[in-house]
Amino acid sequence: MKSPLPLTQPQFRLTAAAVFVAVLPHLLRLPWLISLPVLVLFALRWLQRRRGRARMPAWIKLPLVLFFPILIIFHYGNLFGREPGSALACAMLALKLMETENRRDARTAICFSAFVLMSALLFDNGLWITVLLCTALAVLFAALRALESPRTTLLPDLRSGALALAGALPLAVCVFVFFPRLGSPLWGAPNDTTARTGLGDRMAPGTMQELLIDDSPAFRVVFDNAPPPRDKLYWRGPVLWQFDGSAWTRPEWLASAPGDGEVRVRGARVGYQVTLEPSERRWLLALDVPLFAPEGAVRGADMSLVSRTRVDDPTRYRMVSAPDYVLEPVLDPQHRRLALQLPPGYDPQTRALAQRWRDEFHGNANLVIRAALDMIRDQFTYTLNAPLLGRDSIDDFLFDTKRGFCEHFSSAFTFLMRAAGIPARVVTGYQGGYFNKLGNYWVVRQSDAHAWSEVWLEGRGWVRVDPTAAVSPQRVQIGSGAAAGASAPWYQADWLMELRNRVDLVNRFWNDAIVQFNALRQQSLLTPFGVAKADYPQLMLAMIAAGSLLLGLLAWWVMRAPKATGDALDAIYAKLRRKLARAGVTHDPATGPLTLGQHASARLAAPQAVQRLLEDYVGLRYACALPAPERIQTFTRAVAALRLSAATQTARQSS
Amino acid sequence: MNAGTATVPLKTRLFEYAERRLPALTRLKRVEPLPIRLDRHRIYVLPTRFGLMLSALLLVMLLGALNYNNNPALLLTCLFAAAAYQSVFAAFATLNHLQIAALRAEPGHAGGDLEFFIHFHIAARPRRSLRLRAEGAEIAFDLDHDGAVALRIPAPRRGWLRPGRVHLCSEYPFGLFEVWSWINPDFAALAYPRLEVNPPPLPRHGAQAQWEIERGGGDELAALRSYQTGDPPRNIAWKASARRDELLVKEFETPRGHEVTLDYAALRGLAHEDRISRLAAWVCMAESRRVPYALLLPQTRLDTGLGAEHRHACLRALALAPGAAS
Repeated sequence: MKSPLPLTQPQFRLTAAAVFVAVLPHLLRLPWLISLPVLVLFALRWLQRRRGRARMPAWIKLPLVLFFPILIIFHYGNLFGREPGSALACAMLALKLMETENRRDARTAICFSAFVLMSALLFDNGLWITVLLCTALAVLFAALRALESPRTTLLPDLRSGALALAGALPLAVCVFVFFPRLGSPLWGAPNDTTARTGLGDRMAPGTMQELLIDDSPAFRVVFDNAPPPRDKLYWRGPVLWQFDGSAWTRPEWLASAPGDGEVRVRGARVGYQVTLEPSERRWLLALDVPLFAPEGAVRGADMSLVSRTRVDDPTRYRMVSAPDYVLEPVLDPQHRRLALQLPPGYDPQTRALAQRWRDEFHGNANLVIRAALDMIRDQFTYTLNAPLLGRDSIDDFLFDTKRGFCEHFSSAFTFLMRAAGIPARVVTGYQGGYFNKLGNYWVVRQSDAHAWSEVWLEGRGWVRVDPTAAVSPQRVQIGSGAAAGASAPWYQADWLMELRNRVDLVNRFWNDAIVQFNALRQQSLLTPFGVAKADYPQLMLAMIAAGSLLLGLLAWWVMRAPKATGDALDAIYAKLRRKLARAGVTHDPATGPLTLGQHASARLAAPQAVQRLLEDYVGLRYACALPAPERIQTFTRAVAALRLSAATQTARQSS
Repeated sequence: MNAGTATVPLKTRLFEYAERRLPALTRLKRVEPLPIRLDRHRIYVLPTRFGLMLSALLLVMLLGALNYNNNPALLLTCLFAAAAYQSVFAAFATLNHLQIAALRAEPGHAGGDLEFFIHFHIAARPRRSLRLRAEGAEIAFDLDHDGAVALRIPAPRRGWLRPGRVHLCSEYPFGLFEVWSWINPDFAALAYPRLEVNPPPLPRHGAQAQWEIERGGGDELAALRSYQTGDPPRNIAWKASARRDELLVKEFETPRGHEVTLDYAALRGLAHEDRISRLAAWVCMAESRRVPYALLLPQTRLDTGLGAEHRHACLRALALAPGAAS
């Protein structure tokens, strides 16, 4: 008996809002080639709806249904997979809105909106986006409610949608916690690459710039004991050996050849736990220099850690590092050859300078290093707004622009060393971090990305030299934000960073408790109840038990008897009757006030007060249609002041 | 009656069978006295088709979130599912404790609709998007306060008409669950007999006088109209009829103050129900022309009178007159 009634304007508006809210997170992410036509669809529909109630003709709809898949294939190459699939879903949802004229269509559109909304979380599962999207569900429910009982204002529907969500939170959490997770995916896990900023295995002037202004956390660290001083917090990432004149890269075979790389530990070891944010790369970060590779990862001969699988989810691992070490005291010949490689025909000026130093200091590596650092300290400026460099990038930087950041300094320094005959390589990673006192952990942000050099010295092995520290010591001692100084964008202002660092605690909780919650951790959920390793049936049982409890409470709340209806006067009269009943004046619901008065005079010692009250009640109830509020108040006070118990005692004694 | 069952739809027959065989299940469909208070013993809930569709979608969302091991997506799915399924409580609360306090109906004529006013007592909670469905009638309404809704039910024949089993249902709040209850209040409204269309003029001076030729007096020719079975032949306007190829009868203005006696027995040559229809039409005609009238029925006699009450008494007597002896 569903009548195909056309939607009223508020109903349509709410439905459109629900669809738009679902598509919006995708629109911000999709290429404009697809998001723009989808937006145009919305605009068209809005205009069409404004102009009249006519249906969208089929000759407009049909080509559109074909147009979007073609557009998506044109852009992505196919229709399946996370990216093209979600783009298609958005387009189809917008198209559904085009033809939504009755309740059935609207319900379908809203239903599908929920799916599209959820799929947005497959791309970004941060705390805030999740909270926003969950809140957006309220719009969907508001639209569903509006379809049921049409009205002219949107606010009651939105409010009740939000209420429904809030009320559903306990049950949702219960199901979320106990619903058995899959140990392994049923079908292929997502493998698409999104352009997430992070450390790459290639460094060219400017590649890190984007990273240095990105404040999102890269990883978090909890130290077992006291952490090393801040200026010793060098987090080792990819080590770059090969220079082609413009970019530093890591030879592929080095990554696949695990070297045991001799490390002599000289001081104390530092144990800690790293929680890596998803980077969609394979690098793991560790404090210089890691003593082993975590499970599922390989430590290369250059001490960089490479995971066997891409880091697509937050990953946690334990590490032990030695801050004080001798690395590779005997240089492998192959490594020496690599560490001295220079592209022929590039940067003649730099080569000449290095050659001059080499001759001047008779090949004393320490003196050459000092000369280079002195030069950098005296003549160079640290800035994130580095000028562009030409073909001979090192020459341009060292002799012309003289302005740059870690990337430029480490690149130029390594080049200089190699040209001077000292084996050297570029190490990228992060430097420093922020200590969160509240959570007692360190958070290292993308903006802490750093690049430095390592030179190999006879008897000392690979030694870290940070030329950036020479020109801008506060970069290493305080942090990248401070080093950027006045040129820092407004959102990196100190107080704001401080605030963000505090808020990071919430993010960490989110990552720890929600995002990283998996089958393994779920098994230990029931430990407090004596179940060491919960299996699926036990988890299901727990879910059903907790869920039933919640639902039972709700059911009780819904089925409870409604409040006694009637007005204020009824309530007070009921109170008076209760008082009389306690005083021994028996009556039943059928006893009228006058009969009650007779009973009272028979049973009470001083029935005058009661008689008067009952007369008042009769006057208020039956002598006027709507008694004045003041009179009711007077009556209320009189009933409250009535004392009967003493009177009853005397009455009983006398009788 | 037996001939009728063949045409009754299968669903209705199944329901009737179920009711005969499973009185425990359908006992609440019996006639019951007012007021009727709805509670959990008689409120039924089932998911709607949309609810089932949403469940299928939730399953897909759940599988997706689990497969990608994406906990935030799973959380969103759980939240959506919990809010959707918990709406069953809101749906239940829409009917729970709702009270059908009273029924009232305006009498009407068979062949038309009877308007039943169903008074609800909302018990402290506004009730949204309710639907009432009865034989051939459906209305949707909201109840913000105690109040009545009007349900028009067609009256096929004269006599007492029950609204029958009324299906009170709601899909509030999200259309995922339908809650319903059957109410069959102990109440009947009176359907007056069907009025004859184009009835002949009122008889004069009782049944005997109807065939007497009476001229003069204050009677004046008022109009000509088509012949109806039972019209006295003397009233036929032969000349006019010849011109029009159909029989026309002369209609005379009956002066005020005259009395008429509407006698069942005098209407010879007509079927039982047709006689009742004509008498009912005459009652209405006499009432509208302010002619005092008496009604003579085989079992009943109503003395001459005029006014709404007399009219009602006459029409009621006609409505409740027993059916044809055959």
